[in-house]
Amino acid sequence: MTVASTSSQFETSNNLARQYYAKLNRKMLLVAAGLILMVASVVFDMTSGPSDMSIGKLLSIIISPGSAEAGARVIVWDLRLPIALLALLVGAMLGMAGAEMQTILNNPLADPFTLGISSAASFGAALAIVFQWSLLPDFGGFIVSANAFLLAVSTSFILFAFTRMRGVTSETMILVGIAMMFTFNALLALMQYAATEIQLAQIVFWMMGSLARATWTKVGICALVIIIILPWFMSRNWSLTALRMGDDKAASLGVNVRRLRIEILIGVSLLAATAVSFVGTIAFVGLVGPHMARMLVGEDQRYFLPLSAICSGLILSLTSIVAKSINPGVVYPIGIITSLIGVPFFISLIIAVRRKSWQ
Amino acid sequence: MSLKVDGLSFSYGRKEVLRNISLEGIEAGKLTALIGPNAAGKSTMFKAISGMLKPKAGTISLDGYHLSSLEHSQRVRLVCYMPQLFAANASLSVFDVVLLARKNLSGWSVKKADVEAVSRLLASLGIEELSQTYVSNLSGGQQQMVSIAQALIRDPQVFLFDEPTSALDLRRQLEIMTAIRDAAVERDIICLVALHDLNLAARFADHIVLIRDGQIAATGTPSQVLSSRAVTQTYGVKIDIITSPEGQIHVSAFL
Repeated sequence: MTVASTSSQFETSNNLARQYYAKLNRKMLLVAAGLILMVASVVFDMTSGPSDMSIGKLLSIIISPGSAEAGARVIVWDLRLPIALLALLVGAMLGMAGAEMQTILNNPLADPFTLGISSAASFGAALAIVFQWSLLPDFGGFIVSANAFLLAVSTSFILFAFTRMRGVTSETMILVGIAMMFTFNALLALMQYAATEIQLAQIVFWMMGSLARATWTKVGICALVIIIILPWFMSRNWSLTALRMGDDKAASLGVNVRRLRIEILIGVSLLAATAVSFVGTIAFVGLVGPHMARMLVGEDQRYFLPLSAICSGLILSLTSIVAKSINPGVVYPIGIITSLIGVPFFISLIIAVRRKSWQ
Repeated sequence: MSLKVDGLSFSYGRKEVLRNISLEGIEAGKLTALIGPNAAGKSTMFKAISGMLKPKAGTISLDGYHLSSLEHSQRVRLVCYMPQLFAANASLSVFDVVLLARKNLSGWSVKKADVEAVSRLLASLGIEELSQTYVSNLSGGQQQMVSIAQALIRDPQVFLFDEPTSALDLRRQLEIMTAIRDAAVERDIICLVALHDLNLAARFADHIVLIRDGQIAATGTPSQVLSSRAVTQTYGVKIDIITSPEGQIHVSAFL
């Protein structure tokens, strides 16, 4: 033990407590700042587009749609609002899914895209588009999304089954994910080969990832999934934080590691599958958002999880703005833009990971 | 208060790791050292006592109360196991992880009393300068200190430390063993420590248990166990025991 006098030890411990509270306040401020930026981005997203709209006009149409002219009301309520909200919600879902995938698999490169879940969803969608096969009965207009959802969930569980095998490292998991991605991409190519021209166009458009398919039903379902999953994950915040110190350490603190992993994987599958099945393949958002959050507030899940959702929601919302600003009058599929931004980040992350902590 | 292990057996698949282990008289307020070669079953025994592994046979009781009748979350509050490895690569500060151990995984907010307790402990262990450092940036020895702090911040009835000094320098080894022994005496709790260093065991333990191939090879006071033929046979080395005029035992081993 250090030979320190009682009074200086008392002073030191007071300083440590003060430092802790200062850090805590900083984390709360960062989460609040993220929220404000996110709201600002959504508002900006709604005001931007071929038909210019001031914030004042936008707010008046939102608050009293009855008194607005029909054209403007349709633009705001049927087009811009669902798209802006879906961008935000899908981004948040992918961010939460990525954050917890990275946590339970102890792997910084885990996200729905890198682990092949998005490819599986694309294959499911293609099955519905080409053969009209529905893997789930009675889904009417949602056959494509339902198929994509089922394949995405199944892939998550196959990945989880691999994690239970002895000697499987986090690097192996990524390789299994890549293998999945190639397998489903090959199956998808088969579907494309068998497809008619119209079906092929539908598949390609689906795979590019687009918010153009936004509807209020989809916004509602995404919001519902977040409302269910976020508190569920948050209620396990200490256990998830403990898991980052290794399975043995978490178990010694009372975490039922196996049950926690299964619970979180179910939630993650639901988040990733819902997001991907509604908007198609959107790469790297689930990877970049959590890494930004980790850099800002660390991995205390009380702040890490909400900030991951906020950062990813913000990224997709900003991407939605970029998608319609590059060439006025044309809305590019956001999947293309997230990939263009995400790939350099992904590579820099791999290089950084080799040097830094996650090894 | 005393811990009793009766007929404990455990297997990893077909490999028998613990074979009918029975131990009595592990008393509160005293330090019991568990010694034995690598893969003798020390960590497995700790994990079985803590409830992390379910034994094939046998019972573990605290003052006659069977620990298997407790929920896992209740059991880990009574029995605190400090794992051998602390492979944290997380973006979590030292303060965060010690507080995490104090929190018992419950609630959202953090009590002022818990923050103060963590602050006092870090200061008393002399690792206050690491308080806001991420555990991923610590050396092996520093991570071990943090792991020990995570155990000491808790308030169990039984401490199980698995090789707590393996990555520490000489001074830290003595400091940590002193802190563990003080915790056992001052809190009047049961304290088992798995050790490879027989001199540390001789110096700090009141009682030593020698394990070989998943069985108890010898048990007794340090002078009884360390001078027994069982130690020589277990480790496959020659051992010289020197007792100083103050009664301190020193162990020298030769091939």
